Amino acid sequence: MNQAGKALAEFVAESTEIVDVLGKELLVLDQQRGQEPDPDLLNGIFRSAHSLKGLAALFGQEGIATLAHHAEDLLDRLRLGKLSLDDGVLDMLIESLDVFQGMLAQAAREEFSPSMAMRLKELVARLDGVGSAEAAGEEDPLDRLDLEPQVRAVFTEYEEHRLRENVRRGVALWRIRAPFDLSDFDTGLTELNVRLKPLGEVVSTLPSSEPGGATGIAFDLIFGAKVSAEELEAKLQGTPAQIFALKVRPATGAAEPMGSVAPPPAKKGGAREEEASRTRASTADGQESGSRMEQALEDSRAEGGSMSDSSVVSSPHTLSEPPVRTLMLSEDGPPRGPRTEESLRSLTQTVRVDIGRLDALMNTVGELLLIKANLQRMAEAARQQQEVATAASRQYGQELARETRQLERKLDALQQGLLEARMVPVGQVFDKLARLVRRIAREEGKEIDFIISGGEVELDKLIVEELSDPLMHIIRNAIDHGVESPETRLANGKSRRARVSLRAEQKGNHVFIEVSDDGAGIDELLVREMALKRGLITEVQAREMNRRELLNLIFLPGFSTARKVSTLSGRGVGLDVVKNNIGNLSGIIDVWSERGQGTSFHLTLPVTLAIIRALLVGVSGRTYAVPLNSVLEILSVTPGDIRTVERREVLDVRGEHTLPLVRMARLFGHPERNSGRHFVVVAGLAQERLGIVVDELQGQQDIVVNSLGGRLQGVRGISGATDLGNRRTVLVLDVGALLEEAGSLDRRRA
Amino acid sequence: MKFKVLIVEDSKASREFISAAVESISGLEVISTSSGFEALKLLPRHRFDLIITDINMPDINGLELISFVKQSPHYRDTPLFIVTTEGREKDRDRGLALGAAEYLVKPFSPASLEGLVRRYLKLA
Repeated sequence: MNQAGKALAEFVAESTEIVDVLGKELLVLDQQRGQEPDPDLLNGIFRSAHSLKGLAALFGQEGIATLAHHAEDLLDRLRLGKLSLDDGVLDMLIESLDVFQGMLAQAAREEFSPSMAMRLKELVARLDGVGSAEAAGEEDPLDRLDLEPQVRAVFTEYEEHRLRENVRRGVALWRIRAPFDLSDFDTGLTELNVRLKPLGEVVSTLPSSEPGGATGIAFDLIFGAKVSAEELEAKLQGTPAQIFALKVRPATGAAEPMGSVAPPPAKKGGAREEEASRTRASTADGQESGSRMEQALEDSRAEGGSMSDSSVVSSPHTLSEPPVRTLMLSEDGPPRGPRTEESLRSLTQTVRVDIGRLDALMNTVGELLLIKANLQRMAEAARQQQEVATAASRQYGQELARETRQLERKLDALQQGLLEARMVPVGQVFDKLARLVRRIAREEGKEIDFIISGGEVELDKLIVEELSDPLMHIIRNAIDHGVESPETRLANGKSRRARVSLRAEQKGNHVFIEVSDDGAGIDELLVREMALKRGLITEVQAREMNRRELLNLIFLPGFSTARKVSTLSGRGVGLDVVKNNIGNLSGIIDVWSERGQGTSFHLTLPVTLAIIRALLVGVSGRTYAVPLNSVLEILSVTPGDIRTVERREVLDVRGEHTLPLVRMARLFGHPERNSGRHFVVVAGLAQERLGIVVDELQGQQDIVVNSLGGRLQGVRGISGATDLGNRRTVLVLDVGALLEEAGSLDRRRA
Repeated sequence: MKFKVLIVEDSKASREFISAAVESISGLEVISTSSGFEALKLLPRHRFDLIITDINMPDINGLELISFVKQSPHYRDTPLFIVTTEGREKDRDRGLALGAAEYLVKPFSPASLEGLVRRYLKLA
């Protein structure tokens, strides 16, 4: 890669990281809808936008820099309390995220399309259009605080705002002085922060060189406490911290400036109680409360904001539910705010590695495994030549065997470690999908509870990347076609809000992902009609098909060409593409649907593609490997079980369905054996199934598939070769190609 | 003797951009860090001839770092540049008031940074 390309890749990688963090933070904000936003969270989001802006500007990415600039502007007003967060603002921020992602994807290809430019321009105009009213210029509460000018001089605008908020609310302010040793002050300071966090807000951390000396450093923390002095002192026992109260002069003039911009109440604890008691006091005086309420309404209208500022006691806006709620179900309890001390730490301990490097390392491990196998063989040989070998060489053989076993264990650990390094939580995709759901639901006028669980389940990075498109398709279909309008749902005796859920679960070496909805379901009779009309199946085939087989027709290419199929309650849009995507990942897809009750798609995916577990099978004395990911079950059959339908061998499986068969010996031109018993390996990829007839089963083994070079590359039905360690190279079956072959045979007959 | 320059910037890509610009001047050694805390630790271990810092950082902000440097008898004479993003003039003004020598607004060209570094280190 040349220098410019490398710089671009670096930019795209870091920006993507920032945008991902931004997405997570916005999701948390979204979940807190209707509540006063957490100042730390808002500031974190602001910081993300700010970093993105600086980065994009530095690398000449004007589109991204422009949007980041305008988003940052809006966020700045939010965090400085000049604007209140309502649904409209939040939606706009979430939309910005989509545009960032779009622009980043284009930037990576060194593009910037005119349609993207239009979208950017339009969004920027809207971001700027959000009301901007400056706080009325009364006396600055900060002037009432007894603080040396040199201390005040180091506050950023944001820190100043937070301090101002604390003064305005009458929160007790402290200067906490803590001296540390220079070598480990960060640990001490982090510990101090952990203690302080639950007690209030650390507004600023100012390092000071006195009393210092060469090895010391002291910090002055400006702290807004929501607990009493005694409690604060008790909590700081055992730390080097000393506390000094900061004096605040009472406000000049009349009462609290409750007027123009209502101050947001404190997050929790003391300050809020005070707020609440003030509200109660004024409510006792009916007249007064009424007029204040009107005043507040008036003000927020004047600001162009909505009523969602929760200091306006109760407004219809905050009570009504948003059209989309995203609910996270996690085993670790509710998601934590992204800006905790731990997360700061983990950020600095993360290394970004190109996946190609991990692939290269994995290949090296594969080669080491082969060398180990050779060593094992040599050790074995030395031990077995008992007659000719001397005692010394036998002992040598034993030692070699011992060392080789040691090597084997370490190689296993290395391989496992490399696999783990490739793993990322599937939640990365889920977060993106949650935003998509919001958008589509809004467009379609549907009301949805989107329930996510299992986001912590880990998958190979490459698989997670490839998953987002198919999941997006399925979820889009669920909302577009599966979920009914609120009115229809009510008429059918269902709840007004539909449920769409996305769930991941680890099952051994596989990850199971389920997308389900409680919508209208799929009408299999309509599916059959449609498939017949489009000539995808024959009348004879249609008669033989059971419900499950009929449902699977929706995965056929050409099943549905229209973007929306209104006569059929839903699906079919691009599902053949979904099937292909999942198939490429060696995954399996299944659909279940009940008319009137809903639909669910089940995806089963391997955890990784770097190393696969294979089933070794014997055919006419030769060995082949079948990827175990694609194996559903193995049946033992006698020739009498196999029947012929339309010149094609099939097997009835437990009377449930008819399985097409292919004989491997015939497929690869080997002489067939006439044994009384066969094994049928039932292979599946995406939603298709095929029975592969083999002579014997030889066991399972982890393999690294190497592609075939030269003339062998085009052989159908073979995806590569693998070394089994004992210098035996065997061919690996390409289950996808075999299924395709079988499928096209079917269609030709149809 | 080589001049030593400290770069404090939490974005990796920005840090590398700035480092590359400074390192293009021969005879300079660059030490860079992503955190204000780390910068505080690095200060006594080296004799820096120049410090370049961002304002917005997660642990301590750049203004606090400037204030610390300018109050310390050991470092107060070290020239200090602020790197800010457009639109944050208030923070920039405070940095200058605290004693920062120069400020650079992103985006800036490597050449403009290089020029400033040469001027303050009195390099040809």
